[in-house]
Amino acid sequence: MGYDPANPMVDRITDIGPPHYEQFFPPVVKKNYGKWLYHEILQPGVLMHKAESGDECYTVRVGAARLISIEHIREMCDIADKHCDGFLRFTTRNNAEFMVDSKAKVQPLLDDLASRGNKFPVGGTGAGITNIVHTQGWAHCHTPATDASGVVKAVMDDLFDYFTSMTLPANVRVALACCLNMCGAVHASDIAILGVHRKPPMIDHDAISGLCELPLAIASCPLGAVKPTKHVNSAGDEIKSVKVNAERCMFCGNCYTMCPAMPLADPEGDGIAILVGGKVSNSRSMPKFSKLVIPFLPNNTPRWPETVAAIRNIVEVYAKDARKYERVGEWAERIGWEKFFEKTGIPFTIKSIDDYRLAYDTWRTSTQFKFTNHIK
Amino acid sequence: MPKHDTPLLDQLESGPWPSFVSDLKRQAEKSPQCWDILGQLELSFKDRITHWKHGGIVGVFGYGGGIVGRYSDVPTQFPGVAHFHTVRLNQPSSKFYSSAKLRDICDLWEKYGSGMTNMHGSTGDLVLLGTTTANLEPLFYDLTHDLKQDLGGSGSNLRTPECCLGRARCEWGCYDTQALCHHLTMHYQDEIHRPAFPYKFKFKFSGCPNDCVAAIARSDFAVIGTWRDDIRVNQAEVKGYINGDYAPNAGAHSGRDWGKFDIKKEVLDLCPTGCMSMSGDELKIDNSECTRCMHCINVMPRALRPGKEQGATICVGAKAPILDGAQFATMTIPFIKVDPENEFEEVIEVIEKIWDWWMEAGKNRERVGETIMRLGLPTFLKVMEVEPIPQHVKEPRSNPYVFWESDEVEGGFERDVKEFRKRHAQ
Repeated sequence: MGYDPANPMVDRITDIGPPHYEQFFPPVVKKNYGKWLYHEILQPGVLMHKAESGDECYTVRVGAARLISIEHIREMCDIADKHCDGFLRFTTRNNAEFMVDSKAKVQPLLDDLASRGNKFPVGGTGAGITNIVHTQGWAHCHTPATDASGVVKAVMDDLFDYFTSMTLPANVRVALACCLNMCGAVHASDIAILGVHRKPPMIDHDAISGLCELPLAIASCPLGAVKPTKHVNSAGDEIKSVKVNAERCMFCGNCYTMCPAMPLADPEGDGIAILVGGKVSNSRSMPKFSKLVIPFLPNNTPRWPETVAAIRNIVEVYAKDARKYERVGEWAERIGWEKFFEKTGIPFTIKSIDDYRLAYDTWRTSTQFKFTNHIK
Repeated sequence: MPKHDTPLLDQLESGPWPSFVSDLKRQAEKSPQCWDILGQLELSFKDRITHWKHGGIVGVFGYGGGIVGRYSDVPTQFPGVAHFHTVRLNQPSSKFYSSAKLRDICDLWEKYGSGMTNMHGSTGDLVLLGTTTANLEPLFYDLTHDLKQDLGGSGSNLRTPECCLGRARCEWGCYDTQALCHHLTMHYQDEIHRPAFPYKFKFKFSGCPNDCVAAIARSDFAVIGTWRDDIRVNQAEVKGYINGDYAPNAGAHSGRDWGKFDIKKEVLDLCPTGCMSMSGDELKIDNSECTRCMHCINVMPRALRPGKEQGATICVGAKAPILDGAQFATMTIPFIKVDPENEFEEVIEVIEKIWDWWMEAGKNRERVGETIMRLGLPTFLKVMEVEPIPQHVKEPRSNPYVFWESDEVEGGFERDVKEFRKRHAQ
């Protein structure tokens, strides 16, 4: 049996969906499903959930690189088999969680994890910095303006103490998307690391006829910067092609998504923008978008020192200045964004003033402001 | 496949955070194509640009999604990654696994792929990174026959639904997120596997307004748990927090000395509606003023719990900025029962109303939030047959440009200008 290439449709099974979740619950979870009373974080990375039955579920949360091997997953399975009745789970932020049903089982699990080098750091709970949600970057994507795994490794190495502690005013969610498509949905994060392009697309006139539907390429531009034109290609033939009005280009890369003959990535043009102050939770204030505070930092491989330093600075100033429970965006709004720029020392540039759609909503239409060092 | 020198990547092996470079090298001992992943990635670190070509349509027979084509633009240098397609496996709801299941997936991926994964992708799938076109059908055969699993979504279809862990291990799940997520995933297998929409469509399910799966920021259809009666209060436990018997916020702030817990400063004064007060040692909540933000419950989880009359709020139309700018999902249905007994028929009815309209009115590559933005929230509410209520807006409009319709105005729009002129000279 097995797949028969001569008869690919024989015995074909489709549309069976994912396996049912319940078979993967540890016994303590299955027994107390829907009957949890409260939880406590016993130490960074260790949670205890108490059920109405009196049962307790202890969870140990460990960071992971997101880009992980099956050898690494098998090691996680070994740990789960040894300590957790063979069950484990993953979080939406690429952490793994090992659960046990008594306090006595926690320390042996922690000791085991610690004995495995830096592969299973315990933390990512409470008022600290948990894993960075991120995308593929240069490891597996065709449109990135920066790498993902490399930047995350460099930033998390630097912020590691915040992963293993709970000393901040609130949780700080960091996310990275390697281009403006934002597969990482970084638009509502406390600190967003965003890959950006800064050069308009090139036009490969020799390839465009075979690769692209010109009307789709033209329609893809939100600012009408892509126009039809005629061009003589390398073979001397006049072909229908496109041209780009560089003055109108906002470097979103949407044309490249629709037309592979319009590449825009560039070693000097590409880099990272930093946005801050977003949140998803409805706690206290409503969800907020992240705001652009640093328009560009270069792709200095392998460790992006400018990006690492910029994020550390924001975290440290926030840690010192914000009140208990205040998220980065709530802090910035309370003190005012002019104070945010003054306190962090981040230069305010014209690039932080919105001139895209709905921009007017972000302009100040009031005489209420603070006299910071920006006013000479 | 030979090893390549990777002096830049090697610098990412040091430091306290787990190193994906060390992990790739470990896997490469078993899966030699990983040497070429490292080699090509090193070249990207040197060139500071990607070396992956623009997509390519590949897949398995009968499906229009679940596999994403990927090809190297330097295949002669790195033949091990010349074809390097992504396989998206639909994860079990909320990502619990048995080690037996994970080992089966690892064995499958050792047989047919590079051995590298993402646990998990942003949408929620278990992502297998890197295989060849020839391996896709055999992999799919083994996946469905031996592992009894299926692919997730990609392209202009229903993307793999995702939920928080909800009632499995959280006291705040106001509805059964996993049951709803699994049910809808099974109910809409055709929509997940065969693209028929204007663009992608995402379901995300959070059990409470803390919204741990970021439904309101990134899903076209966000179901967020809530309640409509009173917060349950255990006054003895409130005293426990005041007396310092329990750490506030479940101990989330225990790494720094923030001083003694002050219920006024930390709970009452941070309540966005000011609906809480103390009467002696007793906490009073004016529940009719509460907007269910979760702050007080987060800070005192032993003392406060969501009410008993639970359900969900449905918000529609979130997306990242491409192209017109980021959108949060707009509150559309303030409260809906999420009932497994009737197979969630109320929720399904809402979904299908949205799809019927969007598949007709949506432009190519237009997310439903953009369609709503283009045609207006009033249009959308009419389509949804939802009565407009003040909760739909943060504030009423400040311009007077109302699109009155003829039948709303006495006498309608048809008038006789000659009759008008008899009374009003030109």
